Order: sequence, then structure tokens, then C-alpha cells
Amino acid sequence: MAAVKRPPLPVILVANDLLEGDVVFATADGWSRDPRQAKVAQDDAAAQALEAFAAREFLHARVVGATLVDVELRDGAPVPRHIREAIRALGPSTRPDLGKQADFQI
Amino acid sequence: MYRYDEFDERLVRERVAQFASQVARRIDGSLTDAEFLPLRLKNGLYLQLHSYMLRIAVPYGTLHARQLRQLARIADEYDRGYGHFTTRTNLQFNWSKLKDVPTVLGLLADVEMHCIQTSGNCIRNVTADHFAGVAHDEIEDPRPIAELIRQWSTLHPEFEWLGRKFKIAVSGATHDRAVVKSHDLGVRIVRDPASGETGYEILVGGGLGRTPFAAKVLREFLPREDLLAYLEAVLRVYNLEGRRDNKFKARLKILVHELGIEALRALVEEEFAHIDKARVNADPQEQARIAAYFAPPAYEDLPEVSRKLEDAQIRDPELARFVEHNLFRHKKRGYTAVTISLKPIGGTPGDITSEQMRAVADLAEKYSFDELRVTHAQNLVLPNVKLDDVAEVYEALKAHDLATANIGRITDIISCPGLDYCSLATARSIPIAQVLSHHFADPEKQKQIGEVSIKISGCINACGHHHVGNIGILGLEKKGVESYQITVGGDPSENYALGELLGPGVPAEYVPEAVDKVVSVYLAERQQGETFIETYRRIGLAPFKAAFKEIADVAA
Amino acid sequence: MLLLDREGAKADLWTRVETLDISADKVIVPSALLQDALAARRPGQQIGVAIDNTERAAALEPYFGALALVVIAFPTGYNGRGFSIARQLRERGFSGLLRASGPLVSDQFPHALACGFDEIELPDASAERQPVEQWLAAAARISLNYQRGYNYGAVANILEQRRAARRAGAANV
Ligand code: HEM
Ligand code: SF4
Repeated sequence: MAAVKRPPLPVILVANDLLEGDVVFATADGWSRDPRQAKVAQDDAAAQALEAFAAREFLHARVVGATLVDVELRDGAPVPRHIREAIRALGPSTRPDLGKQADFQI
Repeated sequence: MYRYDEFDERLVRERVAQFASQVARRIDGSLTDAEFLPLRLKNGLYLQLHSYMLRIAVPYGTLHARQLRQLARIADEYDRGYGHFTTRTNLQFNWSKLKDVPTVLGLLADVEMHCIQTSGNCIRNVTADHFAGVAHDEIEDPRPIAELIRQWSTLHPEFEWLGRKFKIAVSGATHDRAVVKSHDLGVRIVRDPASGETGYEILVGGGLGRTPFAAKVLREFLPREDLLAYLEAVLRVYNLEGRRDNKFKARLKILVHELGIEALRALVEEEFAHIDKARVNADPQEQARIAAYFAPPAYEDLPEVSRKLEDAQIRDPELARFVEHNLFRHKKRGYTAVTISLKPIGGTPGDITSEQMRAVADLAEKYSFDELRVTHAQNLVLPNVKLDDVAEVYEALKAHDLATANIGRITDIISCPGLDYCSLATARSIPIAQVLSHHFADPEKQKQIGEVSIKISGCINACGHHHVGNIGILGLEKKGVESYQITVGGDPSENYALGELLGPGVPAEYVPEAVDKVVSVYLAERQQGETFIETYRRIGLAPFKAAFKEIADVAA
Repeated sequence: MLLLDREGAKADLWTRVETLDISADKVIVPSALLQDALAARRPGQQIGVAIDNTERAAALEPYFGALALVVIAFPTGYNGRGFSIARQLRERGFSGLLRASGPLVSDQFPHALACGFDEIELPDASAERQPVEQWLAAAARISLNYQRGYNYGAVANILEQRRAARRAGAANV
């Protein structure tokens, strides 16, 4: 399921694990639940590779809803630009004790 | 309360097995993701921002202690120790795992609960007046027909695949506490002035969302025995004639709007005439069988006034405040319905921890004939409390941070989950509710403001009922930033009205000041004894708009 | 295409035509040709009609006696209009074969049967993923329903069961 329209670079690939539902980020060699591990695609070729990976993983019923998300790099770690994806990468803004912000002390 | 018989139980168990099979077939590739999605939705399972979310049906908002304890157990073992009650009186768990859901459904079935049709394009969980059966202003208890409709609509073979969701609400009182007019179909129990018989007024085509409409009367008086046949006629006409070309125009409200209520009535009556009613309707014994479950509990004969409670209130002004705000007049002398606020100052509206669930379950058992209600305003009710016991109940609630005395007040805010959880959201709504709750926390100020409702949605879908809030707040996105539109004048009651827009959206930090302005206009303009909405109706939108403009101009 | 009913897969003995070339023994015509096809019918020949879900049961009512089959198209599996059309056909007295044609999902099989369909015609893409066994399993998975007048096969109606239990109870007193 390739993204219909590609957001501006750099991008990361975000999805939900099919069985768990957890938000997962494509890394150099699979998926991680930690947004800081996400592989950052700086050019079209790298973004395309992420899309191809997304399509494969969707076909194999490992993830759903995979999309490319545009990020900026802060201290070397990717941070989504849009508030929706930023909340998705951290957890509910009203519950700092829950979500990735708590799991990974981000 | 209704209890499952062997058939109800078997059906729910079979449905659990069916869902487990659907999950297995999704994993093994028999079902595509597109095919699986509606199947999981029909079982209340959404994919949200952070995780799956499981929506559990609380039919017509009625629960007993054992059920709430089981929900607490599920919260602890399969979620993050809390749940969220919604405006449709369901409970949502925000951190579900697909692989656990069949197990969770089994645990729910153990206590006569399920997630059937809590989402998807089908007939949804039936809602009702949360004071059903105990309200002083009731013509008849609506729970028996709510249960009848629950059963009839459960896995209805013809109506499982409608063009869009279909929501039904029932009310048996003169005062509408079930927001009947915002539903696809509303059933109001009415008395025929001629015969004195009770029957049903049927309203259709209500809805909020991006095109809000108030429901219109389709049938003024439907005889009791024909309820199911008539519902079948309405649903069939909707299934056949409702639009399928555009998801946003697929609700019954659009059909009513495009055809007109007269033309729709003609279609429904024609279909109704064709239906073999004896074949479809429930027989009177079945109606009586269900009704028997809702017979009043063994109330004691008590005096009108509780000296014990009067004395306790003199000693404890906070208790007095609680009594003033959170009690509702019961039809049985010496009893009251106690509303438990899930709106502590600064809290998340509708959220409840597993520990609080257990505490409330204990109270229901000890003081309320094992009964509980969920309200569309995201609160809980102990419907059958002796006035003599209120002080004890209050103390117990206080120990669990559940004794906030604000029902119907400005901090009793309805809010959808918004962008903190919801993948459809355009803005956050919970933080707005929290800020406003802090802003108006002072009990004296709340008392001075009196009855007023704030309702917040995080997008146009209006899950937080913002259209019918006296003050409605809608979170949108404006150039990548959260922005909030404010309406005033909405009313969910029998005087149903949609709110009117004050002006352009403002950023989150201006919302408290804007609401403050609106409230100040009311306080300055109100006449003796007027509530916010009454003043609004008298003076109109203009003064509120003018006051809001000052804020909007600064914000811009 | 896979054709199946509650017994399993079956051969499709019907021929679909788009013109009035109705030489086969069992032909399915579009509704626009129905009147002409019935007029031109040979003795012993059976005529069926294929309708879209925008067409209505009432339009077929005059032909119920002469019609052997009605095929209702499901443009997508989850467009459930066809269920109401089937139900109306049955309620108004159509007693011939009823076929649902389209990408339904096996979990909908019990709904289709309950609304009066006899058989499902499934595109290959769906049939490849959802073999006949899944359809038969789906039909057997839910053994009860609440809706009176939607009974079929092994499904028991809960209200009737309760009524029977009441009668038995009363007889025992
Ligand atoms: C969490 C995920 C949720 C999603 C994806 C969702 C989705 C939607 C959508 C798409 C609509 C618009 C329907 C339409 O206009 O056809 C809607 C309406 C509504 N939802 Fe939700 N909702 C969610 C949560 C909630 C919650 C938490 C509540 C209660 C607090 C709720 C109660 C309602 C109500 C009352 C309406 C408006 C009434 C109506 O027109 O049907 N929903 N929802
Ligand atoms: S109103 Fe919008 S943001 Fe709020 S729960 Fe509904 S869909 Fe989500």
C-alpha cells in the first residue's frame, strides 16, 4: 500500500503492527516501536525503498496503515512535523505516563 | 435489570467465536484488509492513533456491579488501567491488542456484555434516558423497549450492511435527557390523549456530524405492538433508498432532507402495509417477559425528607453542594438518583480508572440495588440511593476522587478524545476541557453561573456533541495549527437547537478568555432566575458575537 | 465465478445473455428485456432476470409466476441493499430461486440466506481467497437469531424458542 502522495523529504515510514496495534517505525532492518530508531529517507530513492518495504509488509499481514511521514531532525533523531504525527510518535499529550514518551522516556 | 437467558448467552458466545475466526482469516489472507475492516468495526474495534481501541456496548447505559468489576479487570489485564465513557454511553479502551480481543470478548460474555455493532454501518447500541425507570417525570420506563430493540437489532440479517451507521435512542419522560433529536431514529413513549394508552412517537433523520439536523416526527402515535414491524419498515426504506454514492450523504438525515419527511412517510407507510406484522412483531408475552426484568426493586417505604441527610449537610457544606448538584428527584419517596461526576477539575471527561470502577461497583451493590447507569454526558449514576445513605455514598466517592459536585455546571464538560487518541481528529479536545475546567474551578463561581453545558469535539464528526452544547467548541486545523470554533445556543433537550457560530476559530490559548466573554455576557444580561440558554434565547446571538469579536480580533 | 448454496459448490446451468438471443434452456436476461423474453419463451424454457440493486422488487411483482430466477447484483460486498430487495421479493411472494452476485464475504452468507437468497455467485478473486468450506462454516457459525420471519435452515429463532419454552412450561403446571 504505497503512499498516494509523498510528503516533503526527509521522511520516515510509520505503521501499526497488525496484531498488536502499536505504532511502529521502519528501521534499517525491520520495525521498531521507538521513533528514534526510524530510518530517515533523505532522498527519493530512499523514500521509494520505504514504500516498497511498506507494500511488502502489508502483503505479509504484518502491518497496516503504513504511511510516509515528513520529519525534521532534532539532535539527530527524526521528529514528525505535523502535530498529529508528533502525538502519534509520543503518546497522548494529556497522559505523559502513557505511550512512547513513557516507554522510551522521550 | 435484564439478564441473559440461555439463548442470549449462546448468541454472544457464537459471536465471539465468529470474531476469532475473522481475525484468523485476516491473518491467513482469506480476508483482505478492506474486507476485514468492516468486520472488526462491527465488533467495536477501531485502529486509533496509538493503538487499537475497543468499544464495549453498554446497552441503554445500564450496568450492574459485576459487569463494572469485569471491565476493571479487563482494564488492568488487557489495557492501561482505565477506560473512557462516551456520549453514546459506551466504554472505550484505548490500548487494545487485536490478538487479545477474542479473549477480552470472552471475558465480556462472562458478564453478559459484548461489542456487537458498536461501530460500522449497522444499527448501533441503543441509548436511553439515564434516569429511565426512576425519573419522577416518566410516562413509562423505556428500558423494556430499549432491550427489545437491542435484541431485534442484534445481528439483524437484513440491516447488517446499511449505507451508514444508524443510531436509535428511546425516552419515556416528558423531559428529553437522551438527545433523541440527534439520532437517526428516536422513540418517545407518549400517551394517546383519547384512549389513555401509551404508544410511541417515532422521529427520524436527526444527526450531528458535518451536516447536523434535528429529527422530525415520522409517526405521531404508533401502537405498542407494532414497534418492530414499523422499525423494520423504516430500516428497509433507508437501506433501499439511502444514498450510497457518497459516505458523507449516506445517513438517514440526508434522505429525509432530500426527499422531505412527507415523501419518506409515504414510503415507510407503504412498506409497513406490506409487512406481515404478526410474523415480525414480538408477541405480548415476549414484551412482558422482558418488562418483568425491569420491575422496580424492593424499595422501602420512607419519609419524603431524610433528617439524617439534612443534619449531615448542615455539618458539611461540601456535602450540601454535592446534594444540590448531583442528586435527581426519584419517583420513589425517600430515594434519589446520585450522579457520579467523571469530571474532576482538570481531569479527562469520561475517564475512569479500574480502581474507581471497583469502588463504584461496590457502591452500586451496597446502596443502589446493584444498578448503575452511564449518561450521555459521560458520567455515571447510582439510580436507587436512599436519601438516608447519601452522606455515606458521598464519603466513599470522595475517597476515590469521584465526589465532584458539578453536574449540569460549567465544569461538567463533554469532550471527545480528540487528537490525543483519535485518528480522525483535526485538533485536541481533552486539553481544552482541562483548561476550561481549571478556569471555572471555583465552586462559588460555578454556582453563580448555574446551569450551562460546554461540549467539545476534536473534529467535524461531532462525537462530543458540540452542536448541542450551550457553548460548543469544535477543534479544527488552520494552516497546520489547532484552531477552535465556538458556538452558542445549542440545546440537546426537548427544546432542541443547534448552536450558532460566534466567529472565526481562535487558537487554543484564547479559548478560556473567549468562553469567559460569553459567560460574562450572560451574567450581565440575565434576568431573575434565567439559565444561560434562556438568556440566550431572549437576547439572541448578537451580544455574544460582539463580545467574542474582541477576542477574535486580538487572536487574529 | 463460483456458484454455491448451503450444500456447497454447484454447477451454473444458467446462461446470461444481453440480447434476446435466448436459445439456452435456462437464460438470465437483464430486466429491460424481461417482458420480451417471457413473451418469446419456448415451452420448458426457464427465464431468469438479473437486476441491479437500484431496481425494486415491486417492478418484478407482475412476473413472479413466470420467473424462475432473480439475480441481484452486489456492486460491493458491503453494499447491503440487495438484502432488502431479496427480503421484499420473498415477502411479496416470489418463490423461485434467488441469487446474490458479487464480491460478498463468507460472513455474509447467513445474512443472505436469512433474507431469502438461495445461492451466491462469487467472482474468482473472492473465491480464491474464500473457498467453499469457509462459506459453509460461516453459515453454521451462528445458530440463533432474534428476528422473526428470517428463519432458514438450522437457525433457530430465539423468540419462537422462548414461546415454545413458555408453552411447555404452562403445560407442565
Ligand atoms: C475513537 C474513535 C471514533 C471515531 C473514529 C468516530 C467516528 C465518528 C464519525 C465518522 C462520526 C460522524 C458520523 C456521520 O456523520 O455519519 C461520528 C459521530 C459521532 N460519534 Fe464518533 N467516533 C469516535 C469516537 C467517539 C466517541 C469517543 C464518542 C463519544 C464521546 C462518539 C460518539 C459519537 C456521536 C455522539 C456522534 C454524533 C452523532 C451522529 O451524528 O451520529 N464517537 N463519530
Ligand atoms: S469528534 Fe472527531 S476527533 Fe472527536 S472522537 Fe469523533 S472523530 Fe474523533
